[in-house]
Amino acid sequence: MDQKGNSVMEPILSAKNLVKRYGRVTALDHCDFELYPGEILGVIGDNGAGKSTLIKALCGAVIPDEGEVFLDGKKVSFSSPIEARSHGIETVYQTLAMSPALSIADNMFMGREIRKPGILGQVFRQLDKKEMQRFAREKLSELGLMTIQNINQAVETLSGGQRQGVAVARAAAFGSKVIILDEPTAALGVKESRRVLELIQDVRSRGIPIILISHNMPHVFEVCDRIHVHRLGRRLTVINPKDYDMSDAVAFMTGAKEPKAA
Amino acid sequence: MSQADNYEAAAKGAAESVAEFHEEDRGWTGRLQHALHVTPALVPLIVLVFAIALFGILLGTKFFSPFALTLILQQVQIVGVLAAAQTLIILTAGIDLSVGAVAVFCTVIMGQFTFRYGIPAPISVGIGLAAGTALGAISGWLVSRVKLPPFIVTLGMWQIVLAANYLYSANETIRSQDIAEQGPFLQFLGTKLQFGGATFTLGVVLMVLLVLVLAYALRSTSWGRHVYAVGDDPEAAELAGVDVHKTLMSVYMVAGFICGLAAWVMIGRFSSVSPSASTGVVGNIQAITAVVIGGISLFGGRGSILGALFGALIVGVFELGLRMAGADPQWTFMLIGMLIIGAVTVDQWIRKVTA
Repeated sequence: MDQKGNSVMEPILSAKNLVKRYGRVTALDHCDFELYPGEILGVIGDNGAGKSTLIKALCGAVIPDEGEVFLDGKKVSFSSPIEARSHGIETVYQTLAMSPALSIADNMFMGREIRKPGILGQVFRQLDKKEMQRFAREKLSELGLMTIQNINQAVETLSGGQRQGVAVARAAAFGSKVIILDEPTAALGVKESRRVLELIQDVRSRGIPIILISHNMPHVFEVCDRIHVHRLGRRLTVINPKDYDMSDAVAFMTGAKEPKAA
Repeated sequence: MSQADNYEAAAKGAAESVAEFHEEDRGWTGRLQHALHVTPALVPLIVLVFAIALFGILLGTKFFSPFALTLILQQVQIVGVLAAAQTLIILTAGIDLSVGAVAVFCTVIMGQFTFRYGIPAPISVGIGLAAGTALGAISGWLVSRVKLPPFIVTLGMWQIVLAANYLYSANETIRSQDIAEQGPFLQFLGTKLQFGGATFTLGVVLMVLLVLVLAYALRSTSWGRHVYAVGDDPEAAELAGVDVHKTLMSVYMVAGFICGLAAWVMIGRFSSVSPSASTGVVGNIQAITAVVIGGISLFGGRGSILGALFGALIVGVFELGLRMAGADPQWTFMLIGMLIIGAVTVDQWIRKVTA
């Protein structure tokens, strides 16, 4: 870090000049983005500022009209979230993307199941449920997440915080490069939010950088190392939460105040 | 964070065990609800055992004999196989109104290819199975790619296939003796196996094996997990990395193939090939009935295929039992109607389960 608090490291994930138009609406207007190793980067912006389009462009859910995305310094272009995932970018969607009737273990391995070794797996395509359950349990307890009695419990029988926990654990278990969290505390109560914020810090301490999209200013200011303020389809500024307070951030977001020339 | 305005401090004293899993005492109904949530085929199994016991007590050895009980199996073999196909579709939150029509059309294809074109019967059977798969693929493509509702697609397919069936066959029945002489392989699944008083046909054996194989595939392979996930919430499945299109296509094609198998079972059962077989008109409803009584949710993603087999057997037990008891056959329909409504009520109750 230099004196201004800006990292001198190479960004792990970055984007240059992203443009995305929907008809006559420009959702992304030559937007830049950088995420550095080991940090939690908050992304804030008013509704309609284009922050979800930015995130979708980074995780492959939207293909930008112009601009480039770099992962580890190499140019990448994802055509689907699955492709981004295979490069180590995991996204926890606001909807969590879980199948309520299926078990925790089933959900953690959805789309990347483990088959039994040998003839049972190759010819009869049998899943290695024991191994998947063991792995799921290990990942959940590694994050100090839960004392689990039944990993085969259906996800719909969990509370909101528990579901969020499972979704974050899934991302942390497979996301080797970057984890994107979309409004992880929006649907949660105070205590459950606290638990999820601790979880986010646990994941960061394991060395995986996190992009946190949130409307909740106290949460963003509490856990983030830097905050990307999004306004009118582009990055207005990046602030250090130690130098500004929440009312400044809200003022930047809404255009009530302009940041000092960066 | 200087401006922490410690508003959360108030929650400090509260219990910290937010994200713990623990088995709390649910009480008697809660435990039952939980058991049904985990094993949804339990209800139809209990109803089936209860029905057999009831008719056994009422009718004695007339009903409770190897002969009568295996007769039920023979009577439900076609519906049982169709219900297996229907289960796959319903698990993806779809519905297939064309299963019976596709099966009848496949019998006609198997028969006409053997008799009209002189193709060896085993190859004709293969062509019939391929035709069923192809019809399934068309429905699957319309549902998955064109995004039409499955109800509409298969309502259309039902009429189209049934009409094609009459047009192609010129409403001509192929007689049992002719098949026995010139293409006995078509009747292969009608082959009877005797064990004492019990009579099984190869069609019955095929039905049971088919259900067991599908139960394994649905429970223990990624394909099966994906079928459930797609039925549960297709968007979530897609985001989690499931190829929803591929899964839907495979389900409709396998269902079409199973309709082809049902066609072969039909020829074995009736010995003849008739384009006006009642299965073409009522087979779909019979299959849906078996699936619903079997505890498989019409909203998709829940239920076990064993339940569908139990559902088909429940209908068979009622039909035979009430007929032996000399009751008006309308009682059968009345009871089955009640069972359908009861089964869906239980499904709704199970969905409300919470830890």
